[in-house]
Amino acid sequence: MYKTPCSRLTGVWKCLSRDGLVGVGVQQKLIANVARSHMSARRLIQLCRRDQAEWMTFQHLCFLKRQYVKSSSVLCQRARPKQEHVASVLDDRDDSVVRQVQQIPALKPEPGTVAPPCDPTEPEAARAARLEARQWKELKVEYSDLPGIYARLSKLKLTALVVTTAAAGYAMAPVPFDPVTFLMASVGTCLSSCTANSINQYFEVPFDSNMNRTKNRPLVRGQISPLHAVSFALACGIPGVTLLTLGVNPLTGFLGALNIFLYTCCYTPLKRLSITNTWVGAVVGAIPPVMGWTAATGSLDPGALLLGGFLFSWQFPHFNALSWNLREDYSRGGYRMMSVTHPGLCKRVALRHSVGLIGLSALGPVLDVTTWTFPLVSLPINLYISYLAFRFYRYGDRQNARKLFFCSLWHLPMLLLLALTCKKSRVPQDEAPVAPSTPSPAL
Amino acid sequence: MNVKTGSTLIFRSLRPCLSLRSSCRGHQQSASQAPKHPAKRAERTEFRPAATSKYDWIGPPDRLSNLRPIIYHIPEHETPQERKLRHLRQETEDWNHEFWANQNFTFSKEKEEYVRSQLSAKGLSERDDDGRKRTLSIEEMAVFYKHFLDKNIARHANYNREWYRRNFTITLLMARVALDNTWRTLTGQTRGTARGKGKTT
Repeated sequence: MYKTPCSRLTGVWKCLSRDGLVGVGVQQKLIANVARSHMSARRLIQLCRRDQAEWMTFQHLCFLKRQYVKSSSVLCQRARPKQEHVASVLDDRDDSVVRQVQQIPALKPEPGTVAPPCDPTEPEAARAARLEARQWKELKVEYSDLPGIYARLSKLKLTALVVTTAAAGYAMAPVPFDPVTFLMASVGTCLSSCTANSINQYFEVPFDSNMNRTKNRPLVRGQISPLHAVSFALACGIPGVTLLTLGVNPLTGFLGALNIFLYTCCYTPLKRLSITNTWVGAVVGAIPPVMGWTAATGSLDPGALLLGGFLFSWQFPHFNALSWNLREDYSRGGYRMMSVTHPGLCKRVALRHSVGLIGLSALGPVLDVTTWTFPLVSLPINLYISYLAFRFYRYGDRQNARKLFFCSLWHLPMLLLLALTCKKSRVPQDEAPVAPSTPSPAL
Repeated sequence: MNVKTGSTLIFRSLRPCLSLRSSCRGHQQSASQAPKHPAKRAERTEFRPAATSKYDWIGPPDRLSNLRPIIYHIPEHETPQERKLRHLRQETEDWNHEFWANQNFTFSKEKEEYVRSQLSAKGLSERDDDGRKRTLSIEEMAVFYKHFLDKNIARHANYNREWYRRNFTITLLMARVALDNTWRTLTGQTRGTARGKGKTT
């Protein structure tokens, strides 16, 4: 309901702030809209033709709209809570934006609206009640929205990252590539991750409501019921773990189920009880590449543990930097995070593990996972993240925390990519150097 | 419309500024009859869904607790289980609202006090020369955040336990109600008729 006017407004506002002149396209649109009211159009054009120094302010825009809306009484909109049309499609927008938008009457009438004339003497309380009524949504699930809702419920982007790390684990394993197993492992990991994230959101509804970062999640907004979320989680989890167990191997299935358990039943409650949640969370992040490796080889090799180690160590600069700037929200929400309760430890651990990544990279050739070039080519990025971690440790301010966090976002994919390119290639059996294992019978 | 406006005005004037407790459970209108005017959720909202709506309604986040209130739809022939579920959900919602409203309010209040005490310890006034409120640095605030968390650890742990318990109970009950409804639909029973497998005569 609010998409078109809002985006137009945003377009105007962005245009203005960027170069001080109303862009031609937007100007035309605006003029087209006010075409009926000559007075307003003229005023608009006058405003537009002012020189750059004079900005068209938001107040001018509101004034123009008021003029336009008042002069053409048909367009004066008074929203009634119309139950059959009320958008059960909740915007992706932040609630604060929705609230701002609701202050501004729409430029176009809603189809099917009866438009009584605007009442300037409408009492404040009634107006507030009317605005509030607009914010109430019917809890009716539209089937067309479900994919989007499920995507947000399962934190699809995070799931994609998890599947990528699992795929990297598979690719790093020293076995020939089997596309079927690879696909089944990826799908199974994806489903397991969806399950874990859904259950996590199911548990955390009141906490998510109170934190800015998470207040637009589907369960918080009531787009689906808790039962629906749990059913979705079961519908993902059971096939996912089954696929891993039967289609790949039981070890991978076990690891998948273990990861779901650790995330939902250990990490999620621990977040509010003790700072050890971060270490548990790091283990949760480390398991997917191990799963990828075991999917390929069927056993828990040192190489698998090394890849898991990369993810484990990486979690600390990543999460500690993220949580550094969310301290107020965590405190108010009752989350016990290192950044709030043990800030010194938080910085030390981030630094320690960033430097540890250099050491782990050096283990690559030792464990026959990569060639000796890997520690060398990964040294620049490892040194860079360690440098940022050191700055974070030393200064501990918002800027350095942000830098470290954003660095960690590209550092991990780069590291995995470099590992893949430096993967120790397995020489095929028939090309092995001929060294007679048995003495020739002639001798 | 006039009656509604009038009643809205009355409710607004009666509403306390900080409704830390909601004294009533909201049982909102049934689908078939004309909308009754429920006086019960007056403290938190004046919104009333249309009588023809068959679904629950969810509102904007509450000012104090950031939780969204729900107005539950009461079906025509509500079974005892459904009523129990609705009561439980309403009660949990109120309990949650009370906890979080209290938490947020206490947090803001203690934060203000802390800032004021720190500023006065430094000998600074609350507002600087431009009239803006002075704020403390992140590091100074971090001390307060840590203190707040440590002070409330037992309370948070209790809330956690209780919330998990309620959440599970509600979900299990919802599952039972859904299964019952599905069973009833499959066996062709209609609501509120004589019990048994049949249709009414």
